Amino acid sequence: MQERLKQKALELLENGTADRILGWKIGEFFYDLTPAVFKTRQEIQEEFVYSPFAGANLSKYLIAESRKGGKVAVFLKPCDSYSFTQLLKEHRIWRENVYVVGVQCGGMCDMEKLRAKGCEGVLSVGEDGENIVVETLYGTNVFPRAELLEDRCITCKSKKVVTFDELIGEQGTELESDRFSQVAQLEAMTSQERFAFWQKELSRCIRCNACRNVCPACSCEKCVFDNPGSGVRNKAAADSFEESLFHIIRAFHVTGRCTDCGECSRVCPQNIPLHLLNRKMIKDMNELYGTYQAGADPDTKPPLTDFTLDDEEPSIVHTRGGQ
Amino acid sequence: MSVNNEFQPTIVAFCCNWCSYAGADLSGTNRLQYPANVKIIRIPCSCRLNPMFILRAFQRGADGVILCGCHPGDCHYTTGNYYARRRMTLLFSMLDYLGIERDRTRVEWVSAAEGAKFAATMNDFAATIHKLGPNRRLEDLRCRKD
Ligand code: SF4
Ligand code: SF4
Ligand code: SF4
Ligand code: FES
Repeated sequence: MQERLKQKALELLENGTADRILGWKIGEFFYDLTPAVFKTRQEIQEEFVYSPFAGANLSKYLIAESRKGGKVAVFLKPCDSYSFTQLLKEHRIWRENVYVVGVQCGGMCDMEKLRAKGCEGVLSVGEDGENIVVETLYGTNVFPRAELLEDRCITCKSKKVVTFDELIGEQGTELESDRFSQVAQLEAMTSQERFAFWQKELSRCIRCNACRNVCPACSCEKCVFDNPGSGVRNKAAADSFEESLFHIIRAFHVTGRCTDCGECSRVCPQNIPLHLLNRKMIKDMNELYGTYQAGADPDTKPPLTDFTLDDEEPSIVHTRGGQ
Repeated sequence: MSVNNEFQPTIVAFCCNWCSYAGADLSGTNRLQYPANVKIIRIPCSCRLNPMFILRAFQRGADGVILCGCHPGDCHYTTGNYYARRRMTLLFSMLDYLGIERDRTRVEWVSAAEGAKFAATMNDFAATIHKLGPNRRLEDLRCRKD
């Protein structure tokens, strides 16, 4: 796969389709692929990487890249293409300056799961069909991809590339995934249990803002969390209120725009299950206002900018879910 | 130090200028009683209520927050309260999901002519919050009153 992407990148650069390529290169570690812009043939040949750790969603970077003039080519996995389409819908990306290469995806891998397999001294990780080939100092290990998948990829919602100019691999379809089962479990708890659960999770937050920074929906020019007057800019040492406030506000701001790309949970250094907050909102909207998937198309109105005359009253909260 | 240990809930009522705020006025002119610890904040339309206002109220010591707006169909700006209804439904659902007591938040539609309904709503809400006790799950310790 890496070779196919590399060839495509070189081709697009050489035939003038794009004057730069947005892709991935090695970051701090081999499993830490970081978004990068490539401008020359040499850069692509030496640094361009696509591996089972190319989880980073490149769509957000197009907000800035597409405004720079010239044309940028980008590789988007199916979930990234939802974010891309959502950003198009919000008029954040200048579509005419972007050439999208959709990439079919077999699921990204989680380094923690590889570590849990006891792999040490890893040199490189490659793919071979449904298997992941891990070269280590001590020899080669082969694992089925399914055993190393990131959690978000286990419950992948769709393999369909929504928006693209050309496609590498087959076009996929929407999948039946049970991504709401954990939300349902929480809903069935008592209020006290839920509070304890979230207090335990959210109090670990160090307010690094990584979840906001990586989120394609969190691309506001001026974010409330950068505003000193908002009272929620920094982490307060005093108590956990600011953490809950931060998470409530952020989850609410992305309600109806969050595509459930899973980036926030992926980057959280404290492993806070942020997707459980976003999915709760998605589940609620689906149940109350009809199924809606952000980024699935450029036209459908998001539930919060729409209404019907006989919507449920807020008191419905008393009769839904657990106690 | 407080001498009177009886819990007096602080209640913030966001009231739409065109209906409930006038309803509150009417209940006053009609000499209907509602608790003095209901603090009314006037807003131009129920739709003006940024969810963050509610969170901020809790942070600064509210024990309950209620939003009163025009009846659906009667919004001065035609549709504001329909948007507010969805927003509040989702916000309340999220607060519930985080383990905040459901009874601490409420939405009630009260028209300018419903002074009696306004007073009754406030009395009922105050009683509910009184029973629930002080807000502890969504409070900022730095803003604690006692
Ligand atoms: S909130 Fe998380 S899952 Fe939703 S769009 Fe942002 S990063 Fe993706
Ligand atoms: S937290 Fe809210 S204000 Fe900040 S970037 Fe995200 S959506 Fe925008
Ligand atoms: S990434 Fe995690 S630790 Fe950092 S601010 Fe977000 S939730 Fe908190
Ligand atoms: S004007 Fe009263 S709710 Fe809109």
